[in-house]
Parts: sequence; structure tokens; C-alpha cells
Amino acid sequence: MQLSREALLAAYRQMKIIREFEERLHVEIQTGEIAGFTHLYCGQEAVAVGVCEHLSPADKIVSTHRGHGHCLAKGCDVDDMMKEIWGSRDGLCKGKGGSMHIADVTKGMLGANGIVGAGAPIAVGAALASRVDGPGPDGLKIAIAFSGDGACNQGTTFEAMNLAAVTKAPCIFVFENNHYSEHTGVSYAVGTNQDIASRAEAFGMKAWRADGTDFFAVHDTMREVLEYVRAGNGPAAVEFDTERFFGHFEGDPQRYRGPGELDRIRATRDCLTRFRASVKGAGLLSHADLDAVDDDVMAAIEGAVAAARAAARPTPEDVLADVYIAY
Amino acid sequence: MSNMMYRAAVLSTIMEEMERDPNVVVLGEDVVGGMGTEGGPEAIGGIWSTSTGLYDRFGATRVIDTPISESAIIGAAAGLALSGKRPIAELMFADFIGVSLDQIWNQIAKFRYMFGGKTRCPAVIRMAYGAGYNAAAQHSQSVHQILTGMPGLKVVMPTTPADVKGLLRTAIRDDDPVIFLEHKALYATTGEVPDDRDFMIPFGHARLSRAGGDVTIISSGLLLGMCEAVADKLKGEGIGCDVIDLRTTSPLDEETILDSVEVTGRVVVVDEAPPRCGLGADLCALVAEKAFSSLKAPPLQVTPPHTPIPFARELESAYLPSVDKIEAAVRRVLAWR
Ligand SMILES: Cc1ncc(C[n+]2csc(CCOP(=O)(O)OP(=O)(O)O)c2C)c(N)n1
Ligand SMILES: [Mg+2]
Repeated sequence: MQLSREALLAAYRQMKIIREFEERLHVEIQTGEIAGFTHLYCGQEAVAVGVCEHLSPADKIVSTHRGHGHCLAKGCDVDDMMKEIWGSRDGLCKGKGGSMHIADVTKGMLGANGIVGAGAPIAVGAALASRVDGPGPDGLKIAIAFSGDGACNQGTTFEAMNLAAVTKAPCIFVFENNHYSEHTGVSYAVGTNQDIASRAEAFGMKAWRADGTDFFAVHDTMREVLEYVRAGNGPAAVEFDTERFFGHFEGDPQRYRGPGELDRIRATRDCLTRFRASVKGAGLLSHADLDAVDDDVMAAIEGAVAAARAAARPTPEDVLADVYIAY
Repeated sequence: MSNMMYRAAVLSTIMEEMERDPNVVVLGEDVVGGMGTEGGPEAIGGIWSTSTGLYDRFGATRVIDTPISESAIIGAAAGLALSGKRPIAELMFADFIGVSLDQIWNQIAKFRYMFGGKTRCPAVIRMAYGAGYNAAAQHSQSVHQILTGMPGLKVVMPTTPADVKGLLRTAIRDDDPVIFLEHKALYATTGEVPDDRDFMIPFGHARLSRAGGDVTIISSGLLLGMCEAVADKLKGEGIGCDVIDLRTTSPLDEETILDSVEVTGRVVVVDEAPPRCGLGADLCALVAEKAFSSLKAPPLQVTPPHTPIPFARELESAYLPSVDKIEAAVRRVLAWR
């Protein structure tokens, strides 16, 4: 199905926002201004955006330690996220969570997560809640668990898939196979012949596979998957083959990569370059259209960083707030 | 003696014990690092550099790089231990005990007792713990509070490289399951370490790191250094502090604590874990029960508040005990009349 000009521009803008958000963090982290562990999503933008462009705020997602892309794609505010990463009390989580724990439940974003494999069961719960509510005019609200090729080895992920299957929960397990879990290759760590989707099939679920660096492949696949799950057919899974452009965390020496690997994936597997080429090739958007988005995004990121730098710092009393609602 | 880092003391002890005993086996996530990549095995060699070179030396049957599966890692350690091996399992961050708690708590800790004393489970579970890196609520926790309360486990939290050496060797040779807690902020600290390949420190023997006689300060791990700084400062004012490094929280060296408190009558317990049902509460109860007549002031604890660990720099430093907070507590117990 052909996307409208507005939809194409919106998708491109989201991917570009994620890219520049992460590229900027990569630079800022080296100055020492940002504290903590940061895992950048660069390279995988087409997955987050190709999935989330289909969703409404009533649909839920659960993310991972590499969560900035999912958060932005699900509608978390750019400035508020940047402030959170800077540790401001005006940040999205008041400086309590930081990069690994960004959440905005009002947007259906149930949290990035520092515990690998923790997300999938939570997504099943959100899907079961939707089953309680029942279908609306567009079918069931759905929940999506984003997981990596490493997270798919956790028992929690297996248990979540089975629970979703036996309860027919409207849950979608999105596996982002970027070929590495930390410093370990997927060929070593995943027993099913590098094929994660087949695990979902083994739990009795329908599974799809697509190129996660091709926005259109992701978006088209997700249209089918969502139609199937919203109709009440139970859970489904998708494996996207993708790439991470930076290290596992900022500061990772990446000695596990092959010679020239980073240059190669940047040159041939960049979802933004591929998007630009395909929309220009098909005459859907022009150079000027895309460049205007780029300029707008660069200004937005610049503004977010300036806002984060200027934002209020937390005070010692803030430590005690928000442990409970009432105590 | 050799001067070495805390992390090097971990690695060299494992290396020596693997050479000595073919039953010692290491397993954990990225303990080899680079498996299944073009960079190849040992491309990274463990994120804390506490397993570098083990795979090259001992091979894949004794150095097992695991997928991200903490339940299976600890469960496999249990099975290895019940089958005559001496596994050393690594949890990359102590916080991940959450994923594997059944295997630690309901399995490993209880086998000996449930099986009527007829088996042994000599597993060592190593893990990096502690705050100070703004790694937030799920990557910064101190877990000795939880694990010390579990009968069947021994819990070790070394402060110095020499203690790492002596206590880790004891842990590996011990026939009971041992939790070995390594503070992230201590990995790069250095100290003199005995070269003797049989150097061992018995469990349940605290170390008196400062002797003063006016007040007893008890801690272990990263915060011990802050307690020593307070002791050194107060010494200049003519106030003498006993600083006790517990080394192991289970078993607990009650004797060293009580001997000191009987002289000082004043106690401050300093701990990085939250206050409720924790080490401070435990030790305050101990002195209240067993040294009541010696006490000249209520025992105090310096701990973080009853909250998760916050991310932002200002918040984490407000959360954690500090030299100033410890000094203030010490002055309070000294001022009590
Ligand atoms: C329970 C748990 N175990 C281990 C880790 C440490 N860790 C953080 S990310 C990661 C790798 C995750 O790999 P993958 O799921 O493929 O996600 P990616 O990093 O590739 O996005 C590991 C081992 C963790 N955070 N939580
Ligand atoms: Mg991965």
C-alpha cells in the first residue's frame, strides 16, 4: 500500500530524529557531561519507526536497555527525554531513571528496561489487559515486546511467548536481530541456527521475517502482523534483521567486529540512506523535501540539548520522592 | 608479595585454582567475550577483565561462555556442583540475582539441609555490585542484605586485593555454596598481595583495619575506605576509632565486633544497602542483645534511605553514605551522654 506524502515525511522525520538524537549523544557522552550507561540505537531506526507508525497511544510497547529509538518512535517528547538523559529533575522521569529507564505510560510506552528479558512478560500483561477491554472499532489494542537477539535466550521471553500463545493475548514479539548480544555473536548464542522467529513458531505462533534496515519492508510486514493480531487471532512474532552502528554501550572498543565491518554496514545497510534512495527513485519525495526535514531535525536536537543543559537539577530531597504513592 | 589490582587478584586466583584443580569450571555471560564473532574468542575477555585469558588457557569445556540466561547459569552451576565439579559462576551485575533467584535461594542454598547433610554444593557465585556510576536502579545495587538472610549461603564481600586473594581461594576450596561480592568501584584499586599459592583467609574472621578504642565503626567493601578516612581525621583530634572490616557477612565474626564494643560502648554500622532488615539492623540487634551493658550510646547505622537507587549524579550522591555522613554519625554517638 502506497503511503501518503505526509506519512512518508513523518516516518522519515522520526527515523532522522532518532539518528541525530543518538549521534549527538555519542558526541556529548565523550565530554563526560552525561552520566551512566548509554546504549545507542543508531542503525535500527527503521524497526522502531516502521513498527510504531502503525500504533496509537492506546497500544502499548515495552522496550529494552537500547530504548531511545522505541521511546521516540512511540511519541516520547524529545526535549523531556534529553533532559532525562542529562539527569534533570524536569526530565521525563525526573532524573530518577536515566537512559535505561525512560518511560511515558501516557504514550503507551511502558518503559525501557535495564534487565535483559524483563520486557516480554510485561507486554503479555498489557495485551491481556486489552483482552479484558475487548475490541474497539479498529480491533483489539495490542502490546509489543521489543527484544534483542540476546534477550530471546532468557527464560522470561520463552515463558512470555507461551503464556501469550495459550491465552491468545494480542501481543507481538518483535525481535531485533542485530547479530550481537554485548560482545557475543548470534551464531554462538542462539541455538536455532541463527533463526529467532522459528522459536516463536515452536510456541504455536505465526511468525514473520523481514529486513529491518528497509523501512518499507518493516512497515508492510507490520501492517499484516497488526491486522492479524488486532483481529483476535492471538499473538505473533516478527524477526527483523538489523545492524547496530555503535558499540554495545558507549565506550565499547568493539574488538569483536570484523575488519571494515562498521564501514560496510554504514555504507550498505543504513536505513536512512535506503529510505532516501527509494522515495527519490519512485519520485515520491524530493531532495528538497528531505533536506528540509533534516534541517528541522538538526534544529530540534540542538534545541533539546540546549534545553537539557539549562534544565533544573534535582535536589537531595528529591531522592525520597515517588517511592510510593502513599506510605 | 606482589602489588596488584583488585580485579587482577580475582583473575589470578581463579587462574591458580583452575591450574591446581581440574574440577574448577567457570561460566557466565561474555566471560570469554567475542564467541561467534569475527574478532573471535577473547576479543573482549569479560567486561570486568576478571576472566581474561582463561578460555585460551583452559578451553571451552572448563570456561563456558553462556547466552543471556541467568537462571540457567546458576542452575547449571548447581548441577555442576552436585556432580563433583567446583563451578565459579559469574553474574555480570549483582542486580541480576533477580532473574536467577530460585536457583540461588530454593536450590543451591538448601540442598545440603534438605538432603539430610548427604550432599555438598561447592558453587561459587561471583558478582559485581555497588553504586557510584549513575547506573541507576537496576545496575547499582548491593545485594548482601538479601543473600545474607538465606540460610545455607556463605556471603563474602572483600575490600582489599589481598582479601580478594585469600577469600576467593577459600571460597573456591570451600565445600559449601559461596556468594562472592566484588565492588565495581574497587576493581581498579591496588594493594600488596601474598604470592603463596595456598594463601587463604578463613571465613568469619573480620579484620581490624584501625584500632582506637573510643568508637567502633563496622563496614565492608567500598565504604570501608570512607570509615578509615573518618578514623584518620578523628585521630588528629585525639579520638580513637576501631574500624572493623567484616570480610564475610555470613558467617559473621561476632567475637571481633563484641570485643571492640565492650571497650568502646559506641557503635556505627556503615552499609551501602538499604536500611530495613539489613546489615546495620542486624549488627545493631547483635550489640543490643549481647553487649547491652557495655553500650554508652544507641548504636547508629549509616545507610542509604529506603528508596531505589536514583540515576542523576546529584541524586545518587545524596543517596549514598559519604565521609561527611559517617563522620556526623560517629560524632553523634560520641556526643551521647
Ligand atoms: C538480566 C540481564 N543480564 C545481562 C545484562 C547485561 N546486558 C545488557 S545488554 C546485554 C546484551 C543484550 O543483547 P540483545 O538482547 O541482543 O540486545 P542489543 O544490545 O543487541 O540491543 C547484556 C548481556 C542485563 N542488563 N540484564
Ligand atoms: Mg543484539
